[in-house]
Amino acid sequence: MMNHAKQRRYSFQLLLVLALIVSVLSACGSNGNSGSNASPSQSAKPSESASSGASASPSASPSETPKKDPVELLNVSYDPTRELYVAFNESFAKYWKETTGQTVTINQSHGGSGSQGRQVLDGLEADVVTLALAYDIDALADGGLLKEDWQNQFESNSSPYTSTIVFLVRKGNPKNIKDWDDLIRDDVEVITPNPKTSGGARWAYLAAWGYAAKQNGGDETKTKEFIKQLFANVPVLDSGARGSTTTFVERKIGDVLLSWENEAYLAKKEYGDDFEIVTPSISILAEPPVAIVDKVVDKRGTREVAEAYLKYLYTPEGQEIAAQNFYRPRLQEVADKYKDQFPELNLITIDEEFGGWREAQKKHFSDGGTFDEIYTKG
Amino acid sequence: MAKSRGKSVLPGFRLTLGFTVLYLSLIVLIPLAGLVVKTAGLTLPQFWETVTSPRVVASYRISLLTSFFAALVNAVFGLLVAWVLVRYRFPGKKLVDGLIDIPFALPTAVAGIALTSIYAPNGWIGQLFDPLGIRIAYSPIGITIALIFIGVPFVVRTVQPVLQELESDMEEASVLLGAYRWRTFRKVILPELVPPLLTGFALAFARGIGEYGSVVFISGNMPMKTEIAPLLIVTKLEQYEYSQATAIALVLLILSFGLLLVINSLQRWSNRRLRSS
Amino acid sequence: MAGAVTTVTAVSNEAKPKHLTEARWVRGVLIGIALLFVGVVILLPLVTVLLEAFRKGWDTYWAAIKHPDAISALRLTLTTALIAVPLNTIFGVAAAWAITKFTFRGKNLLITLIDLPYAVSPVISGLVYILLFGAQGIFGRWFIDHDIKIVFAMPGIILATMFVTFPFIARELIPLMETQGNQDEEAAVSLGARGWRTFFRVTLPNIKWGLLYGIILCNARAMGEFGAVSVVSGHIRGQTNTLPLHIEILYNEYQYTAAFAVASLLMLLAIVTLIIKSLIESKLERSKHGD
Repeated sequence: MMNHAKQRRYSFQLLLVLALIVSVLSACGSNGNSGSNASPSQSAKPSESASSGASASPSASPSETPKKDPVELLNVSYDPTRELYVAFNESFAKYWKETTGQTVTINQSHGGSGSQGRQVLDGLEADVVTLALAYDIDALADGGLLKEDWQNQFESNSSPYTSTIVFLVRKGNPKNIKDWDDLIRDDVEVITPNPKTSGGARWAYLAAWGYAAKQNGGDETKTKEFIKQLFANVPVLDSGARGSTTTFVERKIGDVLLSWENEAYLAKKEYGDDFEIVTPSISILAEPPVAIVDKVVDKRGTREVAEAYLKYLYTPEGQEIAAQNFYRPRLQEVADKYKDQFPELNLITIDEEFGGWREAQKKHFSDGGTFDEIYTKG
Repeated sequence: MAKSRGKSVLPGFRLTLGFTVLYLSLIVLIPLAGLVVKTAGLTLPQFWETVTSPRVVASYRISLLTSFFAALVNAVFGLLVAWVLVRYRFPGKKLVDGLIDIPFALPTAVAGIALTSIYAPNGWIGQLFDPLGIRIAYSPIGITIALIFIGVPFVVRTVQPVLQELESDMEEASVLLGAYRWRTFRKVILPELVPPLLTGFALAFARGIGEYGSVVFISGNMPMKTEIAPLLIVTKLEQYEYSQATAIALVLLILSFGLLLVINSLQRWSNRRLRSS
Repeated sequence: MAGAVTTVTAVSNEAKPKHLTEARWVRGVLIGIALLFVGVVILLPLVTVLLEAFRKGWDTYWAAIKHPDAISALRLTLTTALIAVPLNTIFGVAAAWAITKFTFRGKNLLITLIDLPYAVSPVISGLVYILLFGAQGIFGRWFIDHDIKIVFAMPGIILATMFVTFPFIARELIPLMETQGNQDEEAAVSLGARGWRTFFRVTLPNIKWGLLYGIILCNARAMGEFGAVSVVSGHIRGQTNTLPLHIEILYNEYQYTAAFAVASLLMLLAIVTLIIKSLIESKLERSKHGD
């Protein structure tokens, strides 16, 4: 009897193991086949897709007849644009439905600009990318995902909205910080993320560099000295913009935060009137670019809607949404409407001052660049 | 207590070892081979230059030192906690037992943020130390605290089951022979606990070296001072320098692999000595 | 049918004879230190998380928890754990059996290789799968040509989780089975029991605590893993976000409170596993008395 039971148990266990392995493999397989989107049953879609109901089409059957089938887009973006694109996607989906009758669902992915670019390079199927720096999209072009001259595809350097770097200081500006000069004072602590890991910090670094270069008549040694003094006042180098904001706002460390203009407004909105925004005399024109990922849209057959999506950013509606989310609009009429929100300031550009992002990256942020010199030399 | 040598009477050697090696290869070894392949994209001088640049070397030092101290603290207090949990009865014991696993369940980033808010100069504990001129957050002490948090379960949970299974016969005998409690502990119990303790230490240590999520929030990330090696890997990736990133990772991997190998050998050696005595 | 071999285990730990425990004051001091340590190192951060989670009241908390993105993240996290943990459990038991019951060459190396995932930075454990299956990866082309998604989809998330939690159970069992030696199993086999029966009747009862702890740890880590999963997930809202990633997103959206609310949900999951553990514990206790 014992022998019998033993054998039964044996085969039962074996069966169990087999069943488990098979089920796992099939789970992986079926998921793999459904392409970039989890099958509809598996993911609760945001409310925008309500009209498409249960029929959200898996991308395995790309929309050959886009007029009828609902379509999905994936927009891979960087951290601070979340609120912007939530509002924008809703507006665009409505617009697209009205003009073409097609339902479009836009999925969002956010993260650090560099790591987002890398994910697309490594196979994340983004139809459009909206990143912080042209450099990150250049990397995609180098990887053959889109054309070298992608930046000419849309107006204004393919940057539908701009931003700049401003100072966030504590209420009443106790340290009386007015301009970049004040940042190198001995009694001032500056908070900025690490330019090596944060796109926003790279813009801030270049803005400071641009100011110092102008101040010193282009003398590079003096400019470097200025930057070095500035970073000597930085007690914490967070890895991302949000980390820095937390350090400054929640931990109450530092006297001034170098921040995206839109981030500064957002922080002010979120944390009330404990902070003030100071606009320096010179800052940099930050142009977060957008692009269509040719390889992906051609594969998925989504070029038409992807192009319309990015073009919609340039329309008055799109510009209005950008301005509401504290990005500086390109369109004059919208800019006029919001001109109280965005004070005039002297903006240098990356192309004129630094010869484009590739040059700037090489000179300042790659290994052994000027940023590394601050910490490794003397 | 003779340990089986050579041919064991027990079945299942081929099945279990075969499965172990297969699964190990699929999940761990082949993917890690990818790391080596990628690093091979560098020439030897390039590799050397990457892994020996001053900033990288400084970050190894910080990662190793903080992990070591954190693991040491965990070994001492983890043993104590496991002992108390297994041997004594006190109110709230179940709760404390449950708390031990929390560091695993809490995403590392959340842990980092929570710890930073406690130990920052304006935090609950940070403000006690700030007047004394001691900075906890944004210093190597902060990194160590984060790593202690991350490593607690490793030591407690490896020591606990062994302690639970430890038969009291031996203790009994030792007491009958007139040994004092402390002596019993040292001579009878502790040797039994050395293998799991070493394992726990090694695991907490190795985990500390690689930890990223919780540390970046509390460390301040100052180059040469509080910059940990995993952060440099992320930095390299951010610049699309895959091979350099994998080069640093590979050195880190070899370091901790060597340490684990030494500790594992030490553990087996102590184990064998224990069994033969 | 009652097993020919009943195991000798578990003297009830709490009812120790007097001469086998410490003086009262020693016990008090030891308990005190242990509680202080757990309090400062674990409880304090925990309380911080809970305080933050409820800072804006119950409504905000509840809204964060029942948000569709949070629900889908929860579902993905649970699915991942449900696949990764059983597979790693089977592996862990097999590996521990092979390593502790037999002597063979290269055992140390094997143990250390099993430990390897601990030593790999989470950043890298995600990256290795990108290097293999990503568009520029070694096998990436093949998978893309066949339209099979590994990274930036669920299989990648599961693989990364399996990698990170790979050693937990094996590592828990090896020192335990090492301490126990082989004599129980050898006795069983010499009495004529076969492999699986020996395992289920003799080994399993002996290692049940270690196994249970291992599974709990493995599960906790599988649900809480952030770094590795972050690299392979693609961060698509409502689709490839696990709970830890969702928390990060909320944090980056200035939804500080919501982020901690969802984090407390993860702690709740850990507590649920602990309740299950207690239930098993008391059941085992009862069955032991029944013997």
